[in-house]
Amino acid sequence: MATDAATAARPEPAATPPRTAEAIRIDRLVRRYGERDALSEVSVSLRRGQTLAVLGRNGAGKTTLLRVLATLLLPHEGSVQVLGFELPRQAHEVRAHVGMLGHDTLLYRDLTARENLIFYARLYDLRDPETRIGELLDATGMSRRATEPISNLSRGMAQRIAVCRAVLHRPELLLLDEPYAHLDPEAGELVEALIGRTSGATRVLVSHDVERSLEEADRVLALRDGRVVVDAPSREVTPAALRAVYGGRH
Amino acid sequence: MKAALAIARKDLLVELRTKESVPAMALFAVTTFVIFHFGLDRDRLEGELAAGVLWVTLLFAAILGINRLFVAEREQAGFDGILMAPIDRTSLLVAKAGALFVYLVALELVALPVFALFFIDSGFWAALPRLALVTLLADLGLAVVGAMLASIAVHTRARDLLLPILLLPLTVPAVIAAAAATKPLLSIPLDTGGVAKWLAVLALYDAVFGLLAYALFDFLMED
Repeated sequence: MATDAATAARPEPAATPPRTAEAIRIDRLVRRYGERDALSEVSVSLRRGQTLAVLGRNGAGKTTLLRVLATLLLPHEGSVQVLGFELPRQAHEVRAHVGMLGHDTLLYRDLTARENLIFYARLYDLRDPETRIGELLDATGMSRRATEPISNLSRGMAQRIAVCRAVLHRPELLLLDEPYAHLDPEAGELVEALIGRTSGATRVLVSHDVERSLEEADRVLALRDGRVVVDAPSREVTPAALRAVYGGRH
Repeated sequence: MKAALAIARKDLLVELRTKESVPAMALFAVTTFVIFHFGLDRDRLEGELAAGVLWVTLLFAAILGINRLFVAEREQAGFDGILMAPIDRTSLLVAKAGALFVYLVALELVALPVFALFFIDSGFWAALPRLALVTLLADLGLAVVGAMLASIAVHTRARDLLLPILLLPLTVPAVIAAAAATKPLLSIPLDTGGVAKWLAVLALYDAVFGLLAYALFDFLMED
């Protein structure tokens, strides 16, 4: 069921992305909060269909990078291309093709799971939203709880609905910030076809789990204080090298 | 427009379910009328005093709703879900202004009869059609300005303080026009002279602030 949902035919998007080989191309990106550089001269690129793992300590700039890619933050310097579109100039075009799953579920707790998904389906102007929502609720094992308000669901269940929300419009690029944080192993397996390697989407995966990141990613980007300290194919990076990114500062 | 409808429909559904804004606004208005009733020690009001009591009460009650206009986005879903969608960001303005307009109309459905009960001796029902037109035009302006300013205030820590400080000066022209249009309608005998002029002022206010909000909203929503 989960695989069916993940591989169902894609709807025609509003603006088809240019067929560039690279899904993400970032060149000397700088993003500041006030005087502080949250991202400093960050450069990285990722081919379509690949997974980029982003690691680093708290405050290293991981979430800021995701938010720039999600068009929620403006880059202050440097250039950012997502799916062949230039940011921030073509942010509107990018949004139709990007799904984000972050720390917040982005669900309204007074609405039911289904009402939340219908709301987002309307924002993305989805064709036949009922069928798509049904597929996703089945895939995540949430069909029977779909008519309950989000406030009645456990955090893990809400996270499963958040996965449905993030992939509702079949995004080509998934921005995932600790996506498995609230999921038990069984739920993690359920959402694998939607947000895991088998989803077929290009993924940017923020995580503190070094082993899992190396296992899932094609490329690894490690940040420290907003600067790139590791940028390499995952097969060339050892867990020890990544753990070093987390150690020794304090 | 589809996106604006989707957001407005979501807001109204959340309000229907939680009943957090409109009942509080209505209760505030009724309580304020009671305070005016005893504070002024008057059973009957007319003319400019009646218009002033009505519009000050409606404006302050509206602030309660405006303050809560983006609460669901701030406390529950955040803005991110909407801002990441491939929609024109002015859809959010249209939706929030639309939802606020509905809240204000609902408020007045309660507040106007209570106001009449407390303060108006006779002639209120004869004046009601014109009064309804005044309130609808004033509501439109309040809804647009309120939605625009609420979108600014919601990103600040002192939002509960900031919103009235920003809102009240900007709504002065609307309140002056609304009160001036209401004054002859609540006079004894009913006098409709001059109402059209103030309705035109209200319509102009709505048009100017509508265009201003439309022009500024994208910029306000930028990071």
